[in-house]
Amino acid sequence: MSNAPKSTTLPVKGRLDERSRHLRNMVIDALEGGARGHPGAALSLIEILRVLYDDVLRFRSDEPDWPERDRLILSKGHGCLALYAMLADKGYIPAEELNRQSRPGAMLGGHPEDHIPGVEASTGSLGHGLAIGNGLALAARMQKRDSRVFVIMGDGEINEGSVWEAAMCAAKHGLENLVAIIDRNKLQSYGPTAEVLDIEPLADKWRSFGFAVGEADGHDVAALRDVFRMTPIEPGRPSVIICHTVKGRGVSMAEHNPEWHHKSYLSDAEIAEIRKSIGES
Amino acid sequence: MRATCIDMVHELARRDPRVIYIGSDLGAGTLSAMKEEMPERFFMEGVAEANMIGMAAGLAMDGYIPFVHTISTFITRRALEQVAIDLCLHKLPVRIIGNGGGLVYAPLGPTHMAVEDIAVMRSLPDMTVIAPMDAEEMRRLMPHTLEWPGPVYIRLAKGKDEVVPHNEGASKIGEAVLVRPAGDVLFVTTGVMTQRALAAAEALSSSGISCGVLHMHTLKPMDGQRLMALADGKRLVVTVEEHTLIGGLGSSVAEYFVDHAGEMTIPRLLRLGLPDKFLSGYGSQNYLLEQCGLDPEGIESRVRAVLGEEKTSSSAARPKI
Repeated sequence: MSNAPKSTTLPVKGRLDERSRHLRNMVIDALEGGARGHPGAALSLIEILRVLYDDVLRFRSDEPDWPERDRLILSKGHGCLALYAMLADKGYIPAEELNRQSRPGAMLGGHPEDHIPGVEASTGSLGHGLAIGNGLALAARMQKRDSRVFVIMGDGEINEGSVWEAAMCAAKHGLENLVAIIDRNKLQSYGPTAEVLDIEPLADKWRSFGFAVGEADGHDVAALRDVFRMTPIEPGRPSVIICHTVKGRGVSMAEHNPEWHHKSYLSDAEIAEIRKSIGES
Repeated sequence: MRATCIDMVHELARRDPRVIYIGSDLGAGTLSAMKEEMPERFFMEGVAEANMIGMAAGLAMDGYIPFVHTISTFITRRALEQVAIDLCLHKLPVRIIGNGGGLVYAPLGPTHMAVEDIAVMRSLPDMTVIAPMDAEEMRRLMPHTLEWPGPVYIRLAKGKDEVVPHNEGASKIGEAVLVRPAGDVLFVTTGVMTQRALAAAEALSSSGISCGVLHMHTLKPMDGQRLMALADGKRLVVTVEEHTLIGGLGSSVAEYFVDHAGEMTIPRLLRLGLPDKFLSGYGSQNYLLEQCGLDPEGIESRVRAVLGEEKTSSSAARPKI
């Protein structure tokens, strides 16, 4: 029997704490600075990234290529504003870079590239991260490093067949040092995943592909800590953690709203309204 | 050439602990000696090319040199985005071994014939493209892949290809090989079309049209300096490739000439290759090459026609398809 945690009541309706609000404001700094970005996809990721960087990942921000580090790939590269906020928060990159996001000659753009300190792989086209993660996890095993590999995917992203090729491969090789994370915000670009391309029964799918499955409220910091710390969920198997989230979480007008998948040229008044909403969330 | 290439992976793996082999559901027994000797560095993955390329990228990010291997079209068509993004964008030292370059798989039909692979691979930033002519050249080139930066696409021919003798010393990636001294006409060739162009060059030379043959095993980066030195002012330059005329060797040579127009006297250029269509009719590699006018006699006829020295009727100089 799996010792996977049971599904929680989803999603949590409680208020965000100060750190979660602070990180969201950093996302808005980048959205405002670049006058464009994918706010919905970034805002659903905040607690996942926060818990990974605060409590789970082994890294040295002053030595991004430290061989013993854990590897994190943001396979849903369009969520990068959240990653940028986190990298700035941890000192990989200057926070001022957020204000120049996507500007001519900027370090940070609309999808992350591997020249950015702390970014393992350039992503943006969906469905690439898990296969790369397989290679990284195999390399760690062959080099006898206890580094772990975390790959964050969107629930729309896993429409891609390449994800399932990679899932079969991870199971074949028994990559217990690999943790796939699904940002299950239930919205893809056009609309609900249930309508565009239904991916349920999601946990059963991953289980049948050979993964040990965990689930958590993706905005509940304590629950995320618990579930990530349980990985590998089963010895000899890769893990997947389905994180139930809300697209646009923390910005009331963006929550559950596919029109906030991508936004550009928000007015000062709209930015002020967003920040006000974060303050009240 | 095919067997030599794969055996060389094993040999290089003995020399260098970074070398890994990853196949995609290839024939039973493929590289069984390597699998037995170093199973930790031998991977036979499923019919899942996107994963194979991504997995190779991850391994390369942490210091390995993966040689990935399957039928060429399954990498250059199906997994093109993985090749572009995972390998080229990250400048990773993954080596792609593509079986069946050109018309090798003629009996298996258009799904298996790699006729635009050079054009597609050559257009990717940071990709190197090589198409050796024989097993000896493959043996010489493979060790250079260990230290070569970025991804490399290795186009394999059928195997048992006639070995071409030459006195150009050790083959190096990026350096063209003059396999027959230059004459009035210069053939520029790649892969196993070199042997066919050599035969045509000998026939033409014996009737008074002196022909040299410059073999371009490396299509990217192309050895432009050697090309210019030998082609400058020639009566005719003839490119011969087992590949569509769109974007391959002939296109590369034409581009080079145009880009260096102020530095040389641009010769007349005849580009011989495959037509812009999916080839059907099965048969064999040689059958389809002959249909496309790429057998030695067809090459010879078309050169004579262009030079106005047809020894047969002009219709004989035209490809049949």
